[in-house]
This record gives sequence, structure tokens and C-alpha cells, in this order.
Amino acid sequence: MDEATVRRVARLARLEMSDEEVARLVPQLGNIMTFVEQLGEVDTDAVEPLASVADIDLRLREDTVTDGGIANDVLANAPEDMEGFFVVPKVVE
Amino acid sequence: MTNLTHLTLAEALKGLENKDFTSVEITQAHLDAMESMRHLNAYVIETPEIALAQAKASDDRRAKGNAGPLDGAPISVKDVFCTKEVQTTASSHILEGFIPKYESTVTQNIFNDGVVMLGKTNMDEFAMGASTTTSYFGNTINPWKNKSDPGKDLVPGGSSGGSAASVAARMALGSLGSDTNGSIRQPSSFCGITGIKPTYGRCSRWGIVAFASSLDQAGVFGRTVEDCALLLKSVCGHDPKDSTSAKIDVPDWPKLLSSNQGVKGLRIGIPKEFRVDGMPDEIEKIWQQGIDWLKDEGAEIVDISLPHSTYSVPAYYIIAPAEASSNLARYDGVRYGLREDGEDLIETYEKTRAAGFGDEVKRRIMIGTYVLSAGYYDAYYIKAQKIRRLIVEDFQKAFEKCDALLAPTSPSVAFPIGEKLDDPVKMYLEDVFTSPASLAGLPGMSVPAGLNADGLPLGLQIIGRQWDEEMVLRVGAAVEKAANFSAIPEMVDTKLAA
Repeated sequence: MDEATVRRVARLARLEMSDEEVARLVPQLGNIMTFVEQLGEVDTDAVEPLASVADIDLRLREDTVTDGGIANDVLANAPEDMEGFFVVPKVVE
Repeated sequence: MTNLTHLTLAEALKGLENKDFTSVEITQAHLDAMESMRHLNAYVIETPEIALAQAKASDDRRAKGNAGPLDGAPISVKDVFCTKEVQTTASSHILEGFIPKYESTVTQNIFNDGVVMLGKTNMDEFAMGASTTTSYFGNTINPWKNKSDPGKDLVPGGSSGGSAASVAARMALGSLGSDTNGSIRQPSSFCGITGIKPTYGRCSRWGIVAFASSLDQAGVFGRTVEDCALLLKSVCGHDPKDSTSAKIDVPDWPKLLSSNQGVKGLRIGIPKEFRVDGMPDEIEKIWQQGIDWLKDEGAEIVDISLPHSTYSVPAYYIIAPAEASSNLARYDGVRYGLREDGEDLIETYEKTRAAGFGDEVKRRIMIGTYVLSAGYYDAYYIKAQKIRRLIVEDFQKAFEKCDALLAPTSPSVAFPIGEKLDDPVKMYLEDVFTSPASLAGLPGMSVPAGLNADGLPLGLQIIGRQWDEEMVLRVGAAVEKAANFSAIPEMVDTKLAA
């Protein structure tokens, strides 16, 4: 784990980070990654990965409209909205 | 009148039914207790108006003979559950001011049964932590004090620390919490109360602020096993809005428990890998005490092995951050919560998330993003998922030889606020005994078993087969009966005397 890696990952995660924060995170994340490295001791070549313990078949519900018409509720917590839309900073010049 | 805040939930329901007191009275008694214990910071927000309105409505229902199974009982709700028109933050700055327009399924379930909500309880930010010290809204203080060092405030455990403290300090009859890797069981142990996390899929995750979706599970706190059974029955059940919630009938746990079956003839497994190096004597001793109690009650003690359980915490710290980095991508400063404006959209995201998330949340998003990034996915994420399967298989083999497992809940007692903060891995090891059941999606419960030499509570954990909460409650009830834990935090007790 080095500063360049931390900066790259922070960019991927959309987290603005000061130089000081990057410097602090290098050893912290390094320690955590060293800690998880111990999984390498286990031979897992013949093991299938397990994504979920919920042994449940995903069901399809009936294809009917059960929701909607609640634009005001959807927008109620928006930091900024206008005429039924979320407002974001200008994306295209 | 008896002190209404010292009743168990079951006693309170009986008192309400017998018209010994009203819901408004017992609710007001709890609101008063909350005011006098406000320095513990167990609640992020108190909702006295809602509580009294619900209590009044409950009294009206009862007068008409329409009372539900939990009607009029005041409890607290972890601030991870979306509550309609009541701020829900998961103790994060990024959600400050977020007022849901909908109710989570589990809170709706308890309201349908007549529960009164006293307020929303403090937690580690986005449930990431084991001490409630990562909350944006300050630390919660454990009502218990170390007799040898009474000046120091102790953590209540976490992440559901506010819930556990509220029940231990008699500020709620019970509480709703959530458990991703021990977040109900460990605070129960630290606060001398009882808490159960059901099987993954037993209850709906709809309306719970998501952390690690393959692990998050709602659960309950009470001061007795019976109280936990009452609350658990209310929250569980299939929900079409959560595709991972199971279509399985919810047993009548309170009724099953009242048949008092005991543990005679049951096989109780003792996982040898849980005897970790450097485990404090007091933990080792209480575990042995638990084993002896169950043996005395006629259970057969079986040594079992969970060979991969030692890899549980490192596997968890890949899987959970990976899921968290994905789940928390939704906090973008556009649709709800905090926004910090930037020059363009990307900068707005980056500034918003930098300002809105705390250090531990950022660390986990970073770890998760790293292990999911190109070139590392197989080495970390897939590897951890393979280990997860091995852990599940370990349990399946163990349960061929036993009916339930007994283990300590935590490798430590409540520690001073500020400890274990220098190195994140130290805090992560708090989960060493709770993590295996979480990764395997199994039901787990912590029952207070005694006090250590410093007067701090020690919990024992019971782990059951998938969908076998009944066995967990049954063994839990036997431990509870043998332990006869009746200690009360001094600050609560003194008030009673005064």
C-alpha cells in the first residue's frame, strides 16, 4: 500500500482526500490488508465461492404496477430540486 | 406504584392487560428516565410526542378490547431503521436531516403489534464498529462502571450500542437493533442484557440503511430471553419487498419457550478453535461455568471443531467492506442527505462524501473499493467468498454432532472510550467470536452470565442451526436460569433507592 495506490482508490471511491489523510491511510490500510492476507494460508482451489447464505430462489412477482406517482416523496429529501427534477452542477458546457 | 421502567417487557404487558397502569403511564416513566439519563447519549433523537400519541392510541385500543400482542410497550429503535417522518441517519453526517417517507418493514411490524417508539438510538456510523465511538453524534456511555476505575466512561459495545445502553439503563423495555458481524450480541454482552440475531432471511431488510447486504440482519434486545422471544416474533416474517427474506412460517417462540423444555438430552457443542491465545481468564472461566451449568441441567457436552472459523474476521473484512463500498455509492449529494458543492458533478460527489463520511466509514469504503478493483477481485473478494463457504460447511458438519453451540460472546468486557482506536485491526478482533455465525447466516444470542472482578457483565453466546432460533432461545433460557443474572448498573439502581 503506497500513496499512489491510496490516491487511485480514493478517486475510484469518489472521496476527496487531503495529503495528510492519504499519509495517515497508507499504514492503516496496509495493516488491514496484511491482516486479511492470512486467508492465503487456506487452499481453496476446489472451493466454489459463496455469495449469499440465503438459500432462496428469487421469485418473480406479478408484472403489475404497484408503485409510482410519488414524485414529491422521492424529491422530498433532495438537497436541491426544481420542477420535479433533481438539480446537479452543470455537466456539459 | 412499582417502578415501571424496571419491569420486564413480559411483566409490563401483563400489567397493561390487568389495567395496573396505562401505556401513557409506562411510556411517560420511560421518557422521564431518558431525560435523567440523557448524559449517556443512548438516543440520537427522542420522540416523546410520537411515543405519547402512540401510547394514547394503545390505551384506546385496549379499552375497546383490540390490543395487539405488544400493545403499549415502549421500546427504542436503532437509528438504522427508516422511520416515516422521523429523521434516520445511521449516525452519519451524510444522512443528517434525512426524513424517510416510508417505514421499514420491521418497524412497521412492531407498530402493527402495538409497540410505542421512544426514540432512535445511537450507533457506530453505518453500523461500522464495535464501540459506538464512530457515531457522528458522539459516543454512547455504558451505564456500567468498572469498580476499579469508576471515573472512566466505558463503551457500550457496538454497533447497536445506544440500543443496548437504553435497555440496560432502563430507558426502554427492549430495543430493535441490527447485527452484521456481532452488532447485537457484543453490545448485549457489554451491557449485561440479552440480544438475539435471527437466521439471515428471517426478517426483512427493507428500509434498513444498508451496510453489507449479505450479512445485515435485524434483531432484538431485551432484559430476558422471554422478552427477546416476544419482540423477535413481532419483527420476523416474509416480506415481498426483500428478495432475501424467506417464505418460512415464524414459530410462536414465546409459547414454545413457556413450555420450559430445558436442555436435558440436548447435545451442546464447544468449538475448540474459540479457545484463542491470550483469552482473558475471566472469559475462559465464564465459558467453563456455562458448560457446567448446561451439563448440570442434563445436556451432553460435545467437543467440536470449526477449523476455518479463525479466518472468519479477515474474510469478513474483505466481504463487508466490498459490499459497503457498493452500498454506500448511493450517497452522492444529489438525492438525499448532505451536499457539498463542487465545480462539477464529480467534484460534488468527492467533496460531499469527504465531508459526510467519518474516518472508519472511509477506511472501509477504501478497502472495499480496493479489493473489488481490477486485478484484485479474485485474489481478495473471490478468495474471501470461498473461505465463507468453508466456514458454512464447518458449521454444517458440527451440527451433525450437536444441537447448539456455546461460546463466549466477546473476548473482552466493556473497555474505556478511546481504547483500541489507534489500530483498526484491534477493534476488528472484537468480532472474533461473533463473526463465524454472521458469515454462516446462523441465529446467535448473547445472554448475561455473570460479572467479572471489576463488576462488569460477561455474556455467553448460543449459536443454532439455520432457522432454529427455537433451540437458541431454549438453550439461552437454560443459561439465563442457571446464571440468575440480576445485577443492575449502579447508576440505575441508586436512582431506584433515592
